[in-house]
Amino acid sequence: MAFPQPRPLAPQLPQLLLRTVDCQQGAVRAVRFNADGNYMLTCGGDKSLKLWSVSRGTHLKTYAGHGYEVLDVDCSYDNSQLCSCSSDKTVILWDVGSGQVTRKLRGHAGKVNCVQFNEEATVMLSGSIDGTVRCWDTRSRRMEPIQILDEARDGISSLKVSEHELLTGSVDGRVRRYDLRMGQLHVDFVGSPITCVCFSRDGQCTLSSSLDSTVRLLDKSSGEMLGEYSGHVNKGYKLDCCLSDKDTHVLSCSEDGHVYFWDLVEGSLTLKLPVGKAVVQSLSFHPTEPRLLTSMEGCVQVWGAESEDAAVEDVKAE
Amino acid sequence: MASDEDSDEDFVSYGTPLEPLEEDEPTRKPVPVHEQTVKDEKGRYKRFHGAFTGGFSAGYFNTVGTKEGWAPSTFLSTRQQKAERQNARPEDFMDEEDFGEHGIAPKEIVTTDDFASERKDQLKDKARAVSSITALIPGDTGLLEELIAPARSSIGVELLRKMGWKDGQGVGPRLKRKQPKQNTGAVRVYGCVLPPNGSEESEEDDDEFAPENVTFAPKDVIPVDFTPKVDSHGLGYRGLNPLQALEGGSGSGHINLFTLHSDRATSLFGDKKKSGQQRRGGIGGQAFGVGAMEEEDSDIYHKDSMSNYDAVLGGEEPGDGLYGWTAPQQYTRKKNDSKRDVAYSGRILEGFTLASQAAEIKTVYPPPDLPRDYRPVHYFRPVVDPSSVSPIVAQALKASRGHLSQDAPQQGRHNLDSAQRRDVLGETPLEGPSSVFELLDSKDRERLNEFRRAAEGRNKPAGDLSSAADRAAVVASAKAAALQALSSRFKSNAPQPDSHTQSMTAPIQPPASSETQMVLNAWSAPTADASKTFKPFSNNPQKQARYDLYINKLKQGNKDALDSSLDSFMTEWERGRERDEFVRAALLYKPSNSSLSSRFTRSKQEDDTDNVEVTRDQENDVDDKQAAVKMKMFGKLTRETFEWHPDKLLCKRFNIPNPYPGSSVVGMPKIKRDKYSVFNFLTITDSREAPSAPKTPSSSTTQKLTPEVSTKRSRWDVPVPGQASETKDPLSAFLSETRSEVSAAQQNETGVKTQTESPHASVTPEVKVALSDGQQIEQKTEEEEKEEDEEEVRPPMDLFKAIFASSSDEKSSSSSEDCSEEEDEVALPTSEPIQSGAGTVNPLISAPITPVPDISNVTDLKHLTVQSMPSAETAAQNTQSTDNAPAKSGLDEEEFGPRLPPPGFVPPARSPQLKKQKKKDKEKHRAKKHKKEKKKKKNKKHKHKGKQKKRVDESNSSSDDTDSNSEDENRVVSTSELLQRLKNIKNKR
Repeated sequence: MAFPQPRPLAPQLPQLLLRTVDCQQGAVRAVRFNADGNYMLTCGGDKSLKLWSVSRGTHLKTYAGHGYEVLDVDCSYDNSQLCSCSSDKTVILWDVGSGQVTRKLRGHAGKVNCVQFNEEATVMLSGSIDGTVRCWDTRSRRMEPIQILDEARDGISSLKVSEHELLTGSVDGRVRRYDLRMGQLHVDFVGSPITCVCFSRDGQCTLSSSLDSTVRLLDKSSGEMLGEYSGHVNKGYKLDCCLSDKDTHVLSCSEDGHVYFWDLVEGSLTLKLPVGKAVVQSLSFHPTEPRLLTSMEGCVQVWGAESEDAAVEDVKAE
Repeated sequence: MASDEDSDEDFVSYGTPLEPLEEDEPTRKPVPVHEQTVKDEKGRYKRFHGAFTGGFSAGYFNTVGTKEGWAPSTFLSTRQQKAERQNARPEDFMDEEDFGEHGIAPKEIVTTDDFASERKDQLKDKARAVSSITALIPGDTGLLEELIAPARSSIGVELLRKMGWKDGQGVGPRLKRKQPKQNTGAVRVYGCVLPPNGSEESEEDDDEFAPENVTFAPKDVIPVDFTPKVDSHGLGYRGLNPLQALEGGSGSGHINLFTLHSDRATSLFGDKKKSGQQRRGGIGGQAFGVGAMEEEDSDIYHKDSMSNYDAVLGGEEPGDGLYGWTAPQQYTRKKNDSKRDVAYSGRILEGFTLASQAAEIKTVYPPPDLPRDYRPVHYFRPVVDPSSVSPIVAQALKASRGHLSQDAPQQGRHNLDSAQRRDVLGETPLEGPSSVFELLDSKDRERLNEFRRAAEGRNKPAGDLSSAADRAAVVASAKAAALQALSSRFKSNAPQPDSHTQSMTAPIQPPASSETQMVLNAWSAPTADASKTFKPFSNNPQKQARYDLYINKLKQGNKDALDSSLDSFMTEWERGRERDEFVRAALLYKPSNSSLSSRFTRSKQEDDTDNVEVTRDQENDVDDKQAAVKMKMFGKLTRETFEWHPDKLLCKRFNIPNPYPGSSVVGMPKIKRDKYSVFNFLTITDSREAPSAPKTPSSSTTQKLTPEVSTKRSRWDVPVPGQASETKDPLSAFLSETRSEVSAAQQNETGVKTQTESPHASVTPEVKVALSDGQQIEQKTEEEEKEEDEEEVRPPMDLFKAIFASSSDEKSSSSSEDCSEEEDEVALPTSEPIQSGAGTVNPLISAPITPVPDISNVTDLKHLTVQSMPSAETAAQNTQSTDNAPAKSGLDEEEFGPRLPPPGFVPPARSPQLKKQKKKDKEKHRAKKHKKEKKKKKNKKHKHKGKQKKRVDESNSSSDDTDSNSEDENRVVSTSELLQRLKNIKNKR
């Protein structure tokens, strides 16, 4: 006698504030999980980059070397390297353990908004306000980029890399997807300056937030719009958006101090998470668990679905 | 030597090549010689010898210990494994070095004896030579060994045997030739068994009766072996052969120590020595006694005679043709008859016979010496009849080639006229008048001549009118005069047709006149300095000269400067093109403010390249996309796909095969375009004419419908709302309709916004009206000046902060702060506390760089010039800025992309002004929130009913009552599709 499969649990949303970390490094421009989600990285307005433990909220290491505020950071798949970009127009490759600068790459003509490793951390891709994406080789000692993608007509605000694709959002209101395997460039016109782009975890859709206070879910292959999410405020700042760990919800920062959760399919506002009074600048969703990092001004908030004590007890029970 | 082995290499390289130098690598310090060490493959210091071969560092520093010390081997009982106790071999005690190349027991791959070549290794040879000398019976050790040696031959010999080869035969196809008696001498018979004496003769007899159809194996060719010379003996020295020396050859007598290899080889086979004396085996001497059949040794004690020695150097060479190609030259030449050649090549091809007489040698004559100025191609000059060609062309031809076919008549018979033919033939001239002129009265003739002289102005002899050439010249000159007169008249009339064409083209491109007006306004300003302006046509001096003329006339305020400065000799099309180019160039390179232009210097390098690289695939019309976005019809309308080439290395790093293998293109495929082509400039007209459109009264009516152009929009997406409805787009009709709908919606939006605006921005509606009207420019400039005054009063830091704080949300009032706001944009980063020091430089630099090199760049250039102007402007500049005012108001803060939120810790001491602004902001927030909540409700509604969405949209937009049915259907289908798709996504998960 076969029992029916138990109904999958309703996705849990990280709405419980686990802790607030005062980073003490000026405004936190970006907060990111590392590859496995155990650590977090904060980009400070005081030129520093800090590594924290998420579970304890302790400060582990400071990476100093940028000449201006750090704008974005990414961690390699093996947690051995970091890449960060800054307003000082440079991209820096860090050694996580020693905290030393492995490589400092100059070439962008303006501040560098976003940076990403590719899957194997062999290439760093950085998007800048100068409208170019530069592909830096981490393997060789060449100081010049492998390739410069200068198709955008205005600054690049966001950038994501998948296995063979490169997604860029530009201020010229276009989402560009470079398909390396096919050798094609797909340009989706959105109209309003793009602030953040994401791939969905299944890799079939792209999420883009723009300055018309709208987050759009586009079909990757055809460019058709699958969903539109609005209600938040995103008028002038570069704010992040992302998808939840199981692609069930769309999240976006807002200028009114909330993080908005929408149901991906229905498009309805599921949760409006109050973070504070100022602008929620950056957020990062845990790769596997319902855990969320948000940054507001100089602090980072860690959100979870259940209180940490319960989680610890669960672990103990096991 | 090495090149012998790898023959496929064309060259020999000595030494180890240097490793390819990488550019970024820091140069390594070379290790000095005294610090260089040799290490083996494991990184230890290299010992060149093992313990067995004299190595002195056996073991661990000459001990039996190890790094950890010496540990005696533990006792292991071998009682159980007695049987399999292995015997220690010498190798067990050897070092690795002993097995090496230079060790005592080198372990290397060698050819086994089976496959080894005939040549024995030299060690063995030497050993044998030594032993043969020291043997009991001198000279016979080798022989004994050969006797005892097992019958073992190499693989090659075995194979040959299998193929039917017999020892002593040559290799190759069989011959019909008489078999050489090569074996007879070579047979070595040892011991007492000797062939009968008579056999030799019988063989020789047999040769004569050899039948024709019997073939023989070819003669064995002794390979020329190139044994490397390793000893220090003289060339050709081979030492004393005990066999020969002790044989005591009576015939040879003298033992020649210096023979060539080949010679030695022949001596072995004894091709030439067929006399019986050599047949005797190696064992000689009377110690064995003289055999019954053997003749007695003549003399045991050899006595050398002086006749055996050469008294002269370089005497006649012994030997025959077996020298091969290494034979001395004169030797081979001497015996250079054809038969010998055949013998060399071995055989004649089947079906061929030797020629009885040698073929004649062809004498090759050298080609004749060419004269120095000889040209291998003959060029036929076109014969131009001067009468049929216009004099200008004739002139040009004359100039280009030096002469025309006017003097050609001498060449052809048919071109000669009768008088010339007569001269050629030597006939006497005919009686009577040869020309019409001669019939004339003498007076008349005089008069005519007078005329002609006056007309020509040349001093031609009057008498030779009869020659045809001169007559042709007269005709030509007359024609030229007529044409000259005509062209001069044409020139005087030149402006006329131009203005005519202009009036014709005017309705087609109405902005042309307005453009010229703008240009005139710009250039007639007193500050304009033509000498310091850009020379756009510097690569075409004539064109540049015309352009300069045009500019000069413009400066004088000449209205028809353009037409008067154009070349009247050009075709209409060329002139039209040039006119267009001049106007655009004049617009683009407008004289800058003198104070500004003094800051810039002319570039030292002339950018001569006439071409600019332009991406091949250009993006489609942005308006259509905008309309599609407003309709939320993402997909085909908003999606564009281009070919894009990733870098080879990038593909490698991404672990992806190159999608375009073999392509050298990286990025978007590019094409070259003429830099100053009209078409380059024409592409921008629509975006540039949009702002200037309100000035023309004709378009003002359409402008009324959509009075605001200055909503927030990126500078790249300048729409043409007024003209959009007029232009005939290839896209379907509903698109244009939606476009108007879009603009209407925008209007609504701004209407709402203006309500929420603060009293500070209350001026803006007026300004907008002013913009659309174009008549109240003065008012606007006044306001501008007011603002400028304000700027001067305020402390800069406060201003930046205030604007930074306020501009966070304030977007609708973009037109209220046109010039100053742009400055704010530039100065934005200064408001951030960290950067307050020297932050301004950064965005200032980044601003001009942001646009990618594109055609649309050109518009940008204009904006930038406006932006970078100082706030205190001259009157001339003001007019200019009002010209660009609509365009400027189109720009807004989004230009430089989304900003970063302010850092949290705002300094506590705030100016009251700031607080006020903050409050304002909050109010705005509230208003917006309110609006948003409304929207949310609407969204919820549409979620419940898919169809309702449409109605909501309709209620949103005021003026779309003419939505077509097809559009409706399209919508419905798309929404259902979307739902389906979303469900699919869910299922996938």
